[in-house]
Amino acid sequence: MSINSTLSQYSDLSYTTAIAIYVFAMLLHAAENAFGRRAVQREQKALVAAGGVPLAEQPSRGVVDTGRALPERLGRMGVSLTVLGAALHFASLALRGLATGRVPWGNMYEYISAVCLGAVIAWLVMLRRHSVRQLGAFVLLPLVVLMFLAGTVLYAQAGPVVPALKSYWLVIHVSAMVISSGVVLVAGVASLLYLVKARHEANPSTFAKLGSRLPAADALDRLAYRTTVFALPLMTFGIMAGAIWAEAAWGRYWGWDPKETVALVSWVIYAAYLHSRATAGWRGNRAAWVNVVGFAATVFNLFFVNLVTTGLHSYAGVG
Amino acid sequence: MRSQIAAASAFLRNTWRGLTSMRTALVLLFLLALAALPGVLLPQYSLNSGKVAEYKAEHSTIGPWLDKLGFFNVFAAPWFAAIYLLLFISLIGCLLPRTVEYLRQLRARPGLTPRNLSRLPHHAERTVDADVDEVVAAGRQRLRGWRKEIGEEPGGVRTISAERGYLREAGNLVFHFSMMLLLVGLAVGKLVGYEGQVIVRADGSQWCNSGLFNYDSFRPGLTVDGTNLSPFCVRVDSFRANYLPSGQADTFHADIAYQAGDDLGTDRWNPYGLEVNEPLRVAGDRVYLLGHGYAPRFVVTFPDGQTRTQAIQWRPTSTATLLSEGATKFDPPGVTDPAERRKHQLAITGLFAPTAAYDHTGKILTSAFPMVNNPAVAVDVYRGDLGTDSGSPQSIFSIDERMVRDGRLNKVARQNLELGQELTLDDGTRIRFDGVEQWISIQVSHDPAQVWVLVAAVLVLAGLGASLVIKRRRVWLRVRPNGAGEGGGRTVVEVGGLARTDQAGYGEEFGRLAGDLLAARTSGTAPNKIVADRADPERTGSDEAGPDETSNKTQRAAAGGGHDRQDVP
Ligand code: HEM
Repeated sequence: MSINSTLSQYSDLSYTTAIAIYVFAMLLHAAENAFGRRAVQREQKALVAAGGVPLAEQPSRGVVDTGRALPERLGRMGVSLTVLGAALHFASLALRGLATGRVPWGNMYEYISAVCLGAVIAWLVMLRRHSVRQLGAFVLLPLVVLMFLAGTVLYAQAGPVVPALKSYWLVIHVSAMVISSGVVLVAGVASLLYLVKARHEANPSTFAKLGSRLPAADALDRLAYRTTVFALPLMTFGIMAGAIWAEAAWGRYWGWDPKETVALVSWVIYAAYLHSRATAGWRGNRAAWVNVVGFAATVFNLFFVNLVTTGLHSYAGVG
Repeated sequence: MRSQIAAASAFLRNTWRGLTSMRTALVLLFLLALAALPGVLLPQYSLNSGKVAEYKAEHSTIGPWLDKLGFFNVFAAPWFAAIYLLLFISLIGCLLPRTVEYLRQLRARPGLTPRNLSRLPHHAERTVDADVDEVVAAGRQRLRGWRKEIGEEPGGVRTISAERGYLREAGNLVFHFSMMLLLVGLAVGKLVGYEGQVIVRADGSQWCNSGLFNYDSFRPGLTVDGTNLSPFCVRVDSFRANYLPSGQADTFHADIAYQAGDDLGTDRWNPYGLEVNEPLRVAGDRVYLLGHGYAPRFVVTFPDGQTRTQAIQWRPTSTATLLSEGATKFDPPGVTDPAERRKHQLAITGLFAPTAAYDHTGKILTSAFPMVNNPAVAVDVYRGDLGTDSGSPQSIFSIDERMVRDGRLNKVARQNLELGQELTLDDGTRIRFDGVEQWISIQVSHDPAQVWVLVAAVLVLAGLGASLVIKRRRVWLRVRPNGAGEGGGRTVVEVGGLARTDQAGYGEEFGRLAGDLLAARTSGTAPNKIVADRADPERTGSDEAGPDETSNKTQRAAAGGGHDRQDVP
């Protein structure tokens, strides 16, 4: 399979542009947060006047449609830009795929890019269902950092993959891991902010500025839970698909290869997260901490395992 | 005495209770995650023993300690086993009571209808123009598939109490039981499985799985002694490796043939294309293509004119360029006296490069590419006693250095040879680099339990899916005659709902359900009154955690997690 270098150049261009657009979107969200507090209060007054219940996370849709406040417009622009960035991001992966004639997750750079796209899409879907736009900047920040590192330190020329990766399991296993890892990144951010918000709610003088601008702790908790519950079966499936593939490619379904092991460790941590929500005295803060640890394990798996240890995973070697 | 027994039994009971509590399970899960980390961060014998040796050399103080404590073999270390065994016991202790409880619940009827439905998280009310029995009949119809109980209260009031989603707990139990099945399958595989590697030349050579000694290396399961290997043979006819110009491997393909069962011992062979990702599955074993390399062919013409030809595998020192090293050994032909023979044995050692490249002096051979484009060897030729008669086994890739040190084996030539070139020793022996053959290394794996691990894995996934998707939820209906005549209709219908699980998301379903239940034969004139659908969290985005909290506790207490029991509201 020969490599189409024109397509791969366009892919790189889309990638860079997507990062730039995400940065803009992040700034708009940050601006909304910076100016937004008074706006929230105003909206609440409007709501009460309209007979609604004043809830911190009450969506303002349809209630104060006319004369939308500037911060809210900024936030909405942030969301629109994120959608645009996601489209370009998707295009960059699709073009890579076309350029190389294979699925676009055959090396570290492509894998991280795909995980980030998964996270952005998960974020946009969540945004439609829950009013958590205030989180925009916090969700985009780690993604932009990850994408920047992937695009610079870990960048790899478009190319074919080694024989071990030539298998339809590359499509099945890696796509499951990509989506579930992307989704738990969003969950991790939600849990992290839950911790901030919960402390703020317990004592309004801690995290005074940040805390007052976040959605209610319960909404954050629910967001984290929903996303994790969606991701966990997928992650389970992904690990199992990986084991089935390993049986065909490496001669055993489980061999404690570093990447396998860390995936299992993350899985155990997410199982512990669900357990902790079912254990008296662990709900709330402790559960959120567990989810944050899971987030750390996921990022660790993305970077550290690939860079520092050398396992059988063929794209462990960078480049 | 009696009090001591009581104390001891109380102690045991408390230990058991502690061990099987959710909190312990949680801590053990954490410990498991934590204990696996050194297995990632430190080199492991099972993955790369060379790296372990390197690490130990670099960290001479803590290295040996880490080794003693099993940190270089984490997944076989006793402390690692201790954690998962405790988790196992905890799991069993947790599952048994939950299973019993679940079976009991399956036969139990849904609970009584709470007195005040308006205090439930989901609630709706309306007056309708049908009579009580009609509403109840319609309600039964609508709640088909729910487990229901019809009740009566004074004053002609009738109630329906319904519950659904029992499969959630079933899914949870299946999930946890299957985890155990999976671990058992893994352990059985370790007991009765085996794994061995062997190099076979790709020139029509045959290899049979008939005993341990046919392998170059072999890792038996704990109960495997090598006497009962699955019988089959393979013949490697040819091998092709293709590399991209960058040196990256592109495809590997070995044309092999195999025979098993009745075919053994006949000349019936079944062809197969062995590739990475395409193992051969035969006689309950799997055969994998693991690697490949070269065997330079040398023709030696002895002073008396006799010739001998040999191609022995040399081992790659670099996977990127397949520069290889090895030793091809010859006995002098026609010499029967052992003492005489030991003076004239020959060994050709050195480097082989599939695509030769030389350094700036033009002398030092390296390899520029892994495919055979321009092969060359850089050889040292030794003559004397190879030590092969001593009885101690020696590597096929090297000569016995002790013989060289003892002066019984002497270097008699050193030269670079390209394909077809020849060198001549002082006694007139000529050595020609005649050609290149290929070999592949294959791995044979045997694990009869792995299919059970797969079955368990599928069940784990199904159970997890069910327990995360299915919601355990309840709905109650109270229908009373409209005595006061308020609202105009004949009958007042009240619906209340409660989700008993962690998941939010009952609101929408409840909304639909309540809509249908209340729509039953509404009178055309009656003003429809939906009172205080105050907590439809999905719609208003309010917080559902409050009331659910209680229900979660209840469920868990019922599930035997050992927490305070609290009754359903
Ligand atoms: C091998 C170790 C274990 C793993 C990997 C594991 C994993 C899980 C997972 C992923 C869930 C989530 C499913 C759900 O929310 O319904 C769960 C739930 C649960 N587990 Fe475990 N578990 C393990 C051991 C245990 C043990 C030892 C206990 C008992 C002490 C236990 C008791 C429970 C209970 C009661 C639930 C239901 C929680 C709920 O209702 O949300 N598990 N487990």
